[in-house]
Order: sequence, then C-alpha cells, then structure tokens
Amino acid sequence: MTLTHYLVLSGILFSVGAATVLLRRNAIIAFMGVELMLNATNLSLVTFSRMHGELTGQVLAFFVMVVAAAEVVVGLAIIVAIFRTRRSASIDDVNLLKS
Amino acid sequence: MHTLTSVVDGLVPAATLATDTLSPAGETVSGGIFSVAPLLVGLPLASAAILLLLGRRADTWGHWLGVLASAGAFVVGLLTFLRILDRPADERVLDVHLGTWIDAGAFHLDAGMRLDPLSLTFVLLVTFVGTLIHVYSVAYMEHDADRRRFFAYLNLFVAAMLVLVLANSFLLLFVGWEGVGLASYLLIGFWNHHMPYAVAAKKAFVANRVGDLGLLIAMGLMFAHFGALDFATVLDDPAAHASEGTLTAIGLMLLLAACGKSAQFPLQSWLGDAMAGPTPVSALIHAATMVTAGVYLIVRSGAVFEAAPDAQLVVVIIGAITLLFGAIVGCAKDDIKKALAASTMSQIGYMVLAAGLGPVGYAFAIFHLVTHGFFKAGMFLGAGSVMHGMDDQVDMRRFGGLARYMKITWITFMMGWLAILGIPPFAGFFSKDKIIEAAFIPTDGAQWRAWVFGTVALLGAGITAFYMSRLFFMTFEGERRWTTKRDGSEQHPHESPALMTWPMIILAVGSVGLGLVLSLGGRFVGWLEPVTGHAEHGEPVLPEWLLIALTLAVVVVGLVVAWRRYAVSTVPVVPPLGTALTRAARVDLYQDAVNDAVLVEPGQHLTRSLVYADHAVVDGGVKGLAHSTVGLGSLLRRAQTGYVRTYAATMLGGLVVLLVVVLVVQS
Repeated sequence: MTLTHYLVLSGILFSVGAATVLLRRNAIIAFMGVELMLNATNLSLVTFSRMHGELTGQVLAFFVMVVAAAEVVVGLAIIVAIFRTRRSASIDDVNLLKS
Repeated sequence: MHTLTSVVDGLVPAATLATDTLSPAGETVSGGIFSVAPLLVGLPLASAAILLLLGRRADTWGHWLGVLASAGAFVVGLLTFLRILDRPADERVLDVHLGTWIDAGAFHLDAGMRLDPLSLTFVLLVTFVGTLIHVYSVAYMEHDADRRRFFAYLNLFVAAMLVLVLANSFLLLFVGWEGVGLASYLLIGFWNHHMPYAVAAKKAFVANRVGDLGLLIAMGLMFAHFGALDFATVLDDPAAHASEGTLTAIGLMLLLAACGKSAQFPLQSWLGDAMAGPTPVSALIHAATMVTAGVYLIVRSGAVFEAAPDAQLVVVIIGAITLLFGAIVGCAKDDIKKALAASTMSQIGYMVLAAGLGPVGYAFAIFHLVTHGFFKAGMFLGAGSVMHGMDDQVDMRRFGGLARYMKITWITFMMGWLAILGIPPFAGFFSKDKIIEAAFIPTDGAQWRAWVFGTVALLGAGITAFYMSRLFFMTFEGERRWTTKRDGSEQHPHESPALMTWPMIILAVGSVGLGLVLSLGGRFVGWLEPVTGHAEHGEPVLPEWLLIALTLAVVVVGLVVAWRRYAVSTVPVVPPLGTALTRAARVDLYQDAVNDAVLVEPGQHLTRSLVYADHAVVDGGVKGLAHSTVGLGSLLRRAQTGYVRTYAATMLGGLVVLLVVVLVVQS
C-alpha cells in the first residue's frame, strides 16, 4: 500500500462528494457531500505531508477541520431556517436569485 | 441760393471729378434741407411702426396716416430735388453722413445717404407713384378688414425702397434690398388665408433669396479685394484694385442679384405668381418700383461692369432673353394681371439690356424705368379698376366691351397702352425707342452685337405691341363676354370711385407727357450725367430715321394683327387649344416645370435620401448598439438558472479548467 493509493482514494472521495453536491436535491445530503469533499482534501493534505516529511500539510488539515466545523454550524443553521420558512429542505426551492 | 453749409470732409470734392466717368465719391454735406433728408426713410417707417403697433385701434384712420407718410416723404424728396437742381451739374453728387455704422478692426463703414441725380430720380418715382397708389388703395381696399395692415406694409415697402436707393454703401443697400423683399413677401401673401397666395408669396421669397445670395457673394468679393463696401471706395476706378476676372465675378454676382429682384431670366418665375397680391401691390411693387431695383443696382455699379466687359455682355444677353421671354408669355396669358406681369418682365428686360450697354445705355435704362413706372403702374391700377367693377374677375375672355361702362378707366388705360407701344408722342416712344437705337450701336466695334441685340429689341417691340393690344382689345373693345346668371353671377360693370380714378388720371398724364418733357433737349440724360457719365453717342448700324420707322412699322403690324384677332373677330370664352407655342407660353414656357425638374425635385430627392441616411446610418448605429446589448444580455441570462447546484457545477467546472490550464502551462 503506497502513498499513491491514498491520493487515489482522496480523488475518489472528492468526486463522490462533488457528485453528491451537484446531483442531490436534499440540502442535508448536499451538505454531507461538501463535508466529504473537505475530508478528501484533508486526506490529500496529510498524504502529501507524509510524502514530503513536513508538518505543513497536517497543520493545514487542522485548519480545514476548524473551518469545516464552523461551516457546519452556520450551514446547518441556514438549512434549519430555510426549512422553517419553506417547509422543504430541497435546494431547488431556494431559487430566489432567479427573477 | 447756396445757404446750406457744405463741408468737404476729406473726400474728393465733386468739382474735381471728371464727368466722363462715374462719380464715385460725393461731397459730404449737412445742414439745410439735407438735415431732414433722413425723414425720407423716417416718415414711412414711423408710420408703418405706428400702424403695426397700434393694431385694430388704428383701423379707422390708419390708411390716411399711411397716405400722409408717403406724401410727406414725397414732399421731402421734392425739396431735396429742387435744392440739388440749384447746384451746378458737377456738384450734384452729395453724401449725407449719418454716423458710424460698423467699426471692426481695419473695417470701417459709415451709414450715409447718397443724394445724387440717380437716387433722387428713384426717390421721386417711388414716393410720387407710391403716394398715388396709397390714395388708390384707400378706395380699393375699403372692404378689406385688414386695410390698416395693408397700409403698414405699403409704408414699410416705401421706407425699405428708399433705404435701397439712398444707401451710400452696398451693405446699406442690402438692408433696403432685404426690406423690399420682406414687404413684397408680406404683400403678395396679404390674403394668406388663401393657400395658393401664401405659396406664391413663399415662391417669390425663395426666388429672391437666390438673388440675395448673389449680392452677398459680390459683397464678400468686394470686401476681400477692396476692403470696403461703400460706393465711394469700390466704384472709384475698380480696375486699379482688382483684376478683370475678379470684377467679372463681382459683376456676375450683382447680375444674379438683379435677376432675382427684377424677375430676369432664369429667376423670373416668381413674378407671375406674385400677382396673387392685391392689385395696388402689383402696381407699386411688381411693376413700378421694386422689380426695377435690379436695374438700379446694375447702373449704380456701372464702374464695375465697365471694367468687366464679359459681365456686361452677359447682362445684355440676359436682358435680351428676358425681353423676348416675357413678351412671348404675355401673348398667351388670359389673366389680365399675369399678362401685365409678363409685360413688366419684358420691359425690365429692355432696361437690363440698356444697362448692359454701358454708359450709352444707363440713362436710357433709367429713363425707360421712369416712364415705365408711370404707364405700367397706371395700367395695373386700370386693371384693378376693371376687377373692382367686374367682381374680381381677372379672365380677359370674360371682359370685352367695357369701354362704354368705364370711360375713365378706358381712357387712362389707353394712354398707358399707347405709351408702352411707343406711339409718338407718348412716353414709351422716347424711352423705348432710345433703347432700341442704343442696342443697334456696335459695342467695342463688334458689329454682330449690334445686329443681334438690335434685332431682338426691335422684335420685342412688335410682340409688345401685339400682346398689349390684345390685352386692351379683349378688355375694352369687342363684344361683351361677361359672366351671366347662368355662369354663376351676373356682372354689372361700373366706374370706380374718384379716389381710384384720380391716381389713374395723373399716371395717364405722366404716360402721355413725361417722355416728351424729360427728353426735350436731352434734359433727363443731362440730369443723370453726374452719375452715369457722359457717353459719346456712337453711330447705329442703321440710320436713326430708319430705326424709328422700322420700330413704328413692327408696332403697327403687331397692333393690326391684334385688332383683327381680338377686336373684330369673336374671342371665344373658352380658350382654344392653340399652337404648341401658345400652350407653352400659357404655362410660362415651362419655366416652373424646368425649375421643378432641375432644382426642386433633385432637392427633394436629396432631402429624402438624407432623411433615409439619418434613419439608416445614424439612428441605425445607435439603435443597433442598444439592440445588440439587449440580445447579448438575454443570451447571458439563460446561464442564470437560479439553481444553486448549477452555480456550484459552474464553479467546479471552472476550477477544473483552471487546473488543467495551469498544469498544461507548467509542463
């Protein structure tokens, strides 16, 4: 098991996450896709950190986790607020930007 | 008698002027009668202003104020004339200084009046005939609600005409020139509620404008080459200041101006339509005075023309063409006023021809102008009197046999008719025959000119005799062809009131005696000599007695032909088809059609294509830009679906593309 496998896994996870965000309508699921993408990124960071024998990547991964945690808080709050006003968690219903 | 104080103000004193050339500069005078000379213009101008400003309040007495102003101007003119007559012949060119008009850098122009035999001749003609026509109009316009306005315009005309002839510079002359054009426009369109009359007024104005452009260009050329516009500078030996080419250009432009104002070929088309104005207007403006302003301009600018023989030749040619043109048109017109208008055009053609002959012809041109002013104004007033008695009928085919019913009109008209025919001893004999004789004198030894122009002038006299006799016989002789109840309304011709007949009588007296009185001992020619210069009479190509006999012969032939056709035989009420020439002459030898085809329609096409270009190119560009912006916007709008997922996909796609680009570039 080489480091390349981790990178491939990271790519697969990122793709799954991206597909989830783009294809699913449920806001919660899409949100989970975002988390998956973030974690795939974390995996790559850690892998590269190992590869280069440096700690920069791991430090960066911690930052991503912190940001992700904050983002989850804000994101879930928004989703709950939307659900309360529209009785729906489908992101296609949130189309106010379209005239 | 010389009580006035003469101030020689640095100008060339008149005494030192040789009389064999035009006197360019006069003596500057002030005091005495000359201090009231500005009243010549002031009186009628003030009257016009009062009548126009007071409006309806002046309706009851306004016309008498108009008559008074014109008569006052005549009295002032007469006093000035008598005072100048007292002076020796070589001191008769006077300048009355009125003040600085324009003072701009190197250009300096004084406003002033030129009192000399030429301008005073005009002053007397304009104010005398003008006053008579004012009196006539009091009765003629009695039933018109706007009589006061009519008199205001007439006064305005008299004032402008006097500015024109009294000006001492081309620029001041131009002010009067435009003023008479305005007055003419206002009076032709006096009944402007009638659409064709308003159109006729506009036509006259536009045709005059073409001529005015000529005068403007001539002034521009003078300013460029002489640096001045006053007669004293420009007309003082112009050949010394400008080349012959320049002077020819100036002369041709002045001729263009004269053609516009005097209805000469090719700008003659407006005069026939100008008969839309009330008849007194036709008599004063479009027969006696304004239309002769072109002749005045040519004679006044004589020094320029003498230094440019080519321009002079063109003047003669234009005069010859117009005199034949007008005469031919006059033969076919059935409208009494239009026939008289054609005759006016033709007679002014004679004057222009004479004016183009140089110093030999100047005095005869002005002489004919004066006698023509009398007899033609008299005939127009006669025509007005006939219309007055015939319910404004103008068709001569509907007249006939009026001699018994309008005796005074008949007699006075006959005097004018005999005068224009040139039957001795009536006025036209002395003035027109002199022009014909002068036309037969070779200029610069060119025999062909004498033959060509002499023959044209002689022929014109014959045609004139024909159409004027036709007019006279159709109106006063033959059987009655008046409209009856069956044609609409019955006509009861009657003589006009005394206010109308007296001016006609006075003008008729002038038509009879003026020529003889003025030509006795070469009186008139001698009187004009300080302005026109003394010209040695050359020998005509034919002996003088033969010319007079020939002229009388063609006149008698014309008269007899007209007598046989229009007095002895029956004149059909409905005009017969006529020959091709008659039909052409009825529509003014297609002059309107030619103008339309050559000028009006191309102009309209040009404006139409300009409008199209404006819509297509300018508007199209602006609108096209707007449309393409909108189109681009609606195209881009499709990308904005409003779905968050689409935006996320766009971002992802963008990132991937960016990544690929970076990788490709780096590798």
